[in-house]
Amino acid sequence: MYDIVIGLEIHVEMKTKTKLFCGCSTEFGAAPNTQVCPVCLGLPGTLPQVNKEAISLAIRAGGVFGSTIQPISQFSRKNYMYPDLPKAYQITQYQEPICIGGGIEVMREGERVMIRLERIHMEEDPGKLMHPEYEFFSLADYNRSGIPLIEIVTKPDLRSPEEAVEFLKALRTQLEFAGISDCRMEQGSLRCDANISLKEPGTEILGTRVEIKNINSFREVQKALEKEVKRQSDLLRFGEGEKIVQETRKWDTGKGRTISMRSKEDAEDYRFFDDPDLPVIQLTQGQIEAAQADLPTETAIQRRERFQMSYGLSEEEATKLTEDAVLARLMDQAGEGHSDPRKVATWILTEGLCLYRSGEGFRVDASTLLVLLETVESGGLSHSAAKQVFESLWKIGGTVDDTIQVLGLQQNSDQDELTDLIAKIVAENPQAIAEIRAGNGKAFGFLMGAVMKETKGTANPKIAKALIEAELKR
Amino acid sequence: MELVERLFSEILKKDRSIGAFLSLDIEGALKQREEAERCEGALAGVPLGIKDNIAVKGQPLTCASKMLMGHRASYDATVIERLRKSGAWFVGKTNMDEFAMGGSTENSAFQQTKNPVDLDYVPGGSSGGSAAAVAAGMVPGALGSDTGGSIRQPAAYCGIVGLKPTYGRVSRYGLVAFASSFDQIGPMTQTVEECERLFSVIAGADEKDPTCDGASYQMQKRLADFSMLRVGVVSGIEKMGIAPSILKSYQKLVEEFQDAGAIVEEIDFSLPSEAVSVYYVLSSAEASSNLGRFDGIRYGLKGTGASVEEEMKSSRSAGFGLEVKRRVLFGTHVLSAGYQDQVYKKAQRYRATLKNRMEELFHSHDLFLMPTTPTPAFRLGDHSDDPMGMYLEDAFTVPASLTGIPALSIPYGKSDAGLPIGMQVMAAHGQEEKIFEVVKGLETKNGVFGRRDQDV
Repeated sequence: MYDIVIGLEIHVEMKTKTKLFCGCSTEFGAAPNTQVCPVCLGLPGTLPQVNKEAISLAIRAGGVFGSTIQPISQFSRKNYMYPDLPKAYQITQYQEPICIGGGIEVMREGERVMIRLERIHMEEDPGKLMHPEYEFFSLADYNRSGIPLIEIVTKPDLRSPEEAVEFLKALRTQLEFAGISDCRMEQGSLRCDANISLKEPGTEILGTRVEIKNINSFREVQKALEKEVKRQSDLLRFGEGEKIVQETRKWDTGKGRTISMRSKEDAEDYRFFDDPDLPVIQLTQGQIEAAQADLPTETAIQRRERFQMSYGLSEEEATKLTEDAVLARLMDQAGEGHSDPRKVATWILTEGLCLYRSGEGFRVDASTLLVLLETVESGGLSHSAAKQVFESLWKIGGTVDDTIQVLGLQQNSDQDELTDLIAKIVAENPQAIAEIRAGNGKAFGFLMGAVMKETKGTANPKIAKALIEAELKR
Repeated sequence: MELVERLFSEILKKDRSIGAFLSLDIEGALKQREEAERCEGALAGVPLGIKDNIAVKGQPLTCASKMLMGHRASYDATVIERLRKSGAWFVGKTNMDEFAMGGSTENSAFQQTKNPVDLDYVPGGSSGGSAAAVAAGMVPGALGSDTGGSIRQPAAYCGIVGLKPTYGRVSRYGLVAFASSFDQIGPMTQTVEECERLFSVIAGADEKDPTCDGASYQMQKRLADFSMLRVGVVSGIEKMGIAPSILKSYQKLVEEFQDAGAIVEEIDFSLPSEAVSVYYVLSSAEASSNLGRFDGIRYGLKGTGASVEEEMKSSRSAGFGLEVKRRVLFGTHVLSAGYQDQVYKKAQRYRATLKNRMEELFHSHDLFLMPTTPTPAFRLGDHSDDPMGMYLEDAFTVPASLTGIPALSIPYGKSDAGLPIGMQVMAAHGQEEKIFEVVKGLETKNGVFGRRDQDV
């Protein structure tokens, strides 16, 4: 076996209202080329103007990860010609990035390990090309051209594909918590390239490094890295002279493998130089402090441990909740207001997560969730009815009481009505009665289910249970 | 209405032999002029020529390149906005060396502009069209752009006044970039006072150009008392291989300052021949990056090819002229890995040193005098196959470009062949006030530059 050495380069869209060098909107999903102007189209004669909000957010990112903010940093030009890059250079930071150093902790064999950051720098996103099938042309959309990004570069400190994913999850939560990015991978607002090499255990000499580009989700990160580890170790063990070459490979999601893009020899010379259109960025201590005001102080690991400790959650539950800033924030808000925070967590992770995964945020707020849970506990709503209410609150909104009214889900505690119904069900299911009497507990559940079905989940379960038991004794 | 018609018929008549304009906005002229007349600004009703690398909304913006044939600006440059507000209006776009690269306007892809003083001679460049239009009296003023001398040299060749402002005092927004750390837009006029007035309208910080943070400009009083004025002159200039007529003019100007009472001191500013090389390294490097965007994908000349790369190659091969290709290749080379440290970074260090030297010089002097060019205008075609000869014409103009200081070229005397000669008055960073105050002071004593007997 070989030791795995991984370094990541993560591009994150910052959530500014406008682009990095012009006033165009950064809103996702607009019709192609509707959020463009002479500046982000690179029309002849135009010049960039730096977005101060973007600089603030980059400083915040440095604060979150404990980086040093450089009092003087600079924008450079990375020159290459491609149709998605309207100026034929990308404005980025090269020799003087805004943040240097810092790190993010991950767990390795039960110990906390610091994954060090090399740097964080700002840059603009290029446009986007689309290649319609069966056509002899491509289409260019420049809405994305000039969207502000930070690129976070780690040192080669990661030791496994799983660790890389854990790192990315921690990074994402911290960026979301600090309000720097929404980190929507499906919208491409968090993208990841990985550098990976293998080395003999015990040596310090790194093997030949391969860069993998175009990885679009956490699951893909793990898959792509695992595939690359296998490819490299196969080459080392059975390569018969064939060596790992330093190159850039592209992850093909569909085929589930990496494909060589270019070797080191073909690497483009970007002719970096300081952008003469943009004066150096000078930051005072005051500006840095202002940008880093009310930064969350808790790290991802600390938050997970707190969730386990103060809410009595399992490691798995705490992990799931803290991997996502929206869920974590909701848990903190609702957990504080409930005597048994575990119940809150369970609800969020079962009913909540199911709907949440369909996108668009968590659409029921903490106080509404608490009211719903209280109603269930006080016997005013059965669990299955509560699910229906929750779904309606998610989709339509409104208050818990109104929703119960509208859906006609008020708990039915009417003894007479339930007694009649249960008598009827018992009469129709002699087999179940016989089984219960023979000691089969499941059959009791079957009867309860039948009652719930008949009452559309509104029957007060306590009363129903008591009535069934009474009916059986007769 | 009549005025406008008369102006255009005059321009059309004169421009047949001179070729200063690439396009005229006859259609928009009446509307522009009507709006201008309603305005009470400093330039109410004044018609101007605009170099064809400055964006005027709706008008062609070709940089005299096939690459941008048919391209029109979709927005106004900041200087154009400011001029409009002051009541000026725009007659048309003037010819230039392609993408402002050259010193004779012979590199225009479209037409040859001739020197109105003698049609066998070049008007200089790259702002040759603007210089010729003003010199021929087609317009009272024009805008040019100066990267290494492109306003001052044609002003000198055509016998008019031209200012290269302090870098950062006039917005570059809307100026098609050649070398971003050098480029400045500046006024070209027949007289110093008109030049100052035009400058006062366009100067001042602009948020659309982050490198433009200079002060706005107020018209200055004429200097009356020269006794405290310290003027630097180049020592040993007679050994610098300049034309005898230029040397004579220079000495005469120095005397004029002495007679006015100024303290004149020789400065050891042995014109370093490296300055020209350094200028070409740095400006070409920036140009190679700035001109990358002309790939035929979004606008401009579109080539053909089986792949995107082939298509871009085809567009650029057909769109750019020889001089532009030469500089883009050279600039790409000096920025590439392995050469950047040896060539580009070394040139940058030289530039920094020169800036320091210049700053020191102005600690003890108010102004520094230099000829604008080493020789007067040359004949059309004389340097066409001799780029190095053309580059050396920049020896006196690049120091101000490399150091970002302001420099005014004034017409001063004539060559034996009767061609105009230009002298340069330079001041410290941001000190255009000093230049105009002094030069206008001299005019009170001895007559307006460009209108004196010696100049006619």
